[in-house]
Amino acid sequence: METHCLKRPTRRQFLSSVAFTILAGSAAPVMARSISGSLPWEARSADPPVQVKPGGWLFFTPEEAQTMEAVADRLVPADELSLGGKDAGCVLYLDRQLVGSYGTSSRLYTKGPFMPGLATQGYQAPDTPAQRYRSGIAALNAFTRETKGGKRFAELAPADQDAVLTDLEAGKITLPNKVDAKSFFNLMLANVMEGFFADPIYGGNKDMASWKMLGFPGARYDYRDHVSKHNQPYPLPPVSIAGSMEWMTR
Amino acid sequence: MTTILPRKDVVIVGLGWTGAILAHELTEDGLDVVAIERGPWRDTATDFNIGYAQDELRYGIRRDLFLQPAVEAMTMRNNTSQTALPMRDYGSFLPGNGVGGAGVHWNGHTWRFWDSDFQIADHLRDRYGAARIQELQLQNWGVTGAEMEKSFDRFEYLAGISGKAGNINGQIQEGGNPFEDPRSRDYPLPPLQMTYAPTLFAEVTKSLNLHPFPTPAANLSKDYINPLGIAMGQCTMCGFCERFGCANYSKSSAQTTILPVLMKKKNFEVRTESEVLHVDLDVSKKHARGVTYVNTSGEEFFQPADMVLLCAYGLHNVRLMMLSGIGQIYDPNTGEGTVGRNYCYQTNAGAQVFFDDKNFNPFVAAGALGQTVDDFNGDAFDHGPLDFVGGAGINCIPSNGRPIQTRPTPPGTPRWGSDWKKATVKSYKSTLGFSSQGSSYPTRGNYLDLDPTYTDRFGRPLLRFTFDFPDNDIRMSNWVSDRMEDIAKAFGGRQYTNTRRKKGWDSVPYQSTHNTGGAIMGTDPKTSAVNKYLQSWDVANVFVIGASAFAHNAGKNPTGTVGALAFHAADAIRQQYLRNPGQPLVSA
Repeated sequence: METHCLKRPTRRQFLSSVAFTILAGSAAPVMARSISGSLPWEARSADPPVQVKPGGWLFFTPEEAQTMEAVADRLVPADELSLGGKDAGCVLYLDRQLVGSYGTSSRLYTKGPFMPGLATQGYQAPDTPAQRYRSGIAALNAFTRETKGGKRFAELAPADQDAVLTDLEAGKITLPNKVDAKSFFNLMLANVMEGFFADPIYGGNKDMASWKMLGFPGARYDYRDHVSKHNQPYPLPPVSIAGSMEWMTR
Repeated sequence: MTTILPRKDVVIVGLGWTGAILAHELTEDGLDVVAIERGPWRDTATDFNIGYAQDELRYGIRRDLFLQPAVEAMTMRNNTSQTALPMRDYGSFLPGNGVGGAGVHWNGHTWRFWDSDFQIADHLRDRYGAARIQELQLQNWGVTGAEMEKSFDRFEYLAGISGKAGNINGQIQEGGNPFEDPRSRDYPLPPLQMTYAPTLFAEVTKSLNLHPFPTPAANLSKDYINPLGIAMGQCTMCGFCERFGCANYSKSSAQTTILPVLMKKKNFEVRTESEVLHVDLDVSKKHARGVTYVNTSGEEFFQPADMVLLCAYGLHNVRLMMLSGIGQIYDPNTGEGTVGRNYCYQTNAGAQVFFDDKNFNPFVAAGALGQTVDDFNGDAFDHGPLDFVGGAGINCIPSNGRPIQTRPTPPGTPRWGSDWKKATVKSYKSTLGFSSQGSSYPTRGNYLDLDPTYTDRFGRPLLRFTFDFPDNDIRMSNWVSDRMEDIAKAFGGRQYTNTRRKKGWDSVPYQSTHNTGGAIMGTDPKTSAVNKYLQSWDVANVFVIGASAFAHNAGKNPTGTVGALAFHAADAIRQQYLRNPGQPLVSA
């Protein structure tokens, strides 16, 4: 299962128009090309996102998924404003991200030497997000097993989970295997929020729950009718790239 | 093995704003022009598809349209006592990639720098004395505001800028920016219709006797046909501008203003997915023979040409000069060398006002839809009693309500849990933000060079930043933040924040993709890399066009001045250089 972020075959492989000539003979996945004499255009050459389909974990083990669902449900708890992070699909979102280019850092600069840096220099460790989740979740569960009566994180009561997360965030916990507690917490927080607020096509934000909660109309494209209506609520419900619930049930 | 290709009159490196302008201008003279572009071909109908352009995760967070660090990263440190390390992901600034360059995914603020910028060293020395600017490496650009006016005008009409003139031929215009230099005519389009937040900002700042005016915008307030005959559509205020391509032909870019005409010309060709490795010089090192590039199949080509125009992002222009041996690399210890000199950035700060009774509908937005106050920008005010030079524009330009990134909450709000959620929902629509965009002035110790350790995928050294905010700029920003505090209080909201700029440039949080300098223009080949026409002092058939030429950065977005410099250079090439090719336009 690939998301759009993976290196993918694109329309750029398919050179059909007479306006293109391939520079020398080559067989690489993305070809250089020469364009002259007209604006190139090809049918069906757009590159739409691939919708995440639920069902099975592609990255997480069942235990890891359970841990992350518990984390997501504390970061984004179910309450009168919205459903919780687990039911919103934040972990499904994360699972699919971690098997794509995000998980493997394939877009980032990953050449050594790796040296500890200053805060202003950003993340400098060699571990990819996929590796950080693998080791981070294991470390988190090892920590709770040792300090919370043999229980995994997901088995703790919500209040105890909150206490552990609060200490992770503050860097008050030392996790085993040199996992940096604060940095791992920030990674989980950023990714869960992405899943909660991104377009539902990526697996989270189920039924546009977060957008309804905020009043964000989503992938709409024309607000000209509302520009001058200062201080007045926007009347229409959100739409996703995949459409809206209303359209589907009509 | 390198394949040698047939000669061209002109080879252009990079097909963004400047490359497209230069290609259009030079092909009008019948020259045979090829542009070599590292990234892919991109056009509106296919790549900025209206069915899925509004995708914050893909374009805003994963940055699908941007340069990826795997392709080219850069290293950074705050000063020479530190070891530079690679920015493994871009954060503080986000360079573009592909046809259209960063002009595809900009917000569209389109400013003119002032005469007091172009002649900044003379201007400030005359007004405040030499001692005031001795900690800075301020230099004149070699041009005047009057000289640049025609080029600004051409760029604004090419791009269909929406705005309100403040000064037409010396006559101050009600509702425009009274501090701007005289312009020959009004903007091609009227200002955008204002949303609620900037409307309120204008009321409040007026009540403080300031002079708010509509921010000049490359988001079109009306349908427009530009001087090349290319039609653009009215902006629909979708709130997906910066980091996104415009699906609506409403944001000015090479795609919407030049390429439909340029691509039809028989004497123009673009080669995409092809990265220029260096400019090839002859043995004298004073003449360029062409460029060597490699395509995505790893095949190497030599493209001979009579002229080489570096039109990549400013930072890439600087690195290409260094990798090619064009000019001498700047040394901060001796002050010698010019390539890498006077790197500047932007000195920004922000304020937020939280209300209980307002709904700003933050998602109804365009990248440059807002109001600006220039009373404290540049040298618009008397710095006599102050301890700094420079200034900042104060902008209320709420560009989006995209919820992964735009979720203001009051200070003290937790970052997760039920209380976080309540505060987020309460603040999402009812918070007004405004910010200062401050000038960035050069110092001897802020510069670019080549990293001694880290290399790109071809083994070439990465560009290295040595940069921190100069003390002058921190004092400036703090003083402007005091003015912002007055404005924030005057809104009468429930509470406000006023976040100040501090020393220690941090490469992680996004700040601004306004990286300037490194191949600056000027009057003296000892202190500038290119002359007033952006021609290399060292290699006369090379022109280096972009914000790399800025001798300092003003409290303004650079693109308007970049576009004007492109026309300025194109005119010099067409009217002067081509009569006597290979010769310097200014004698050293």
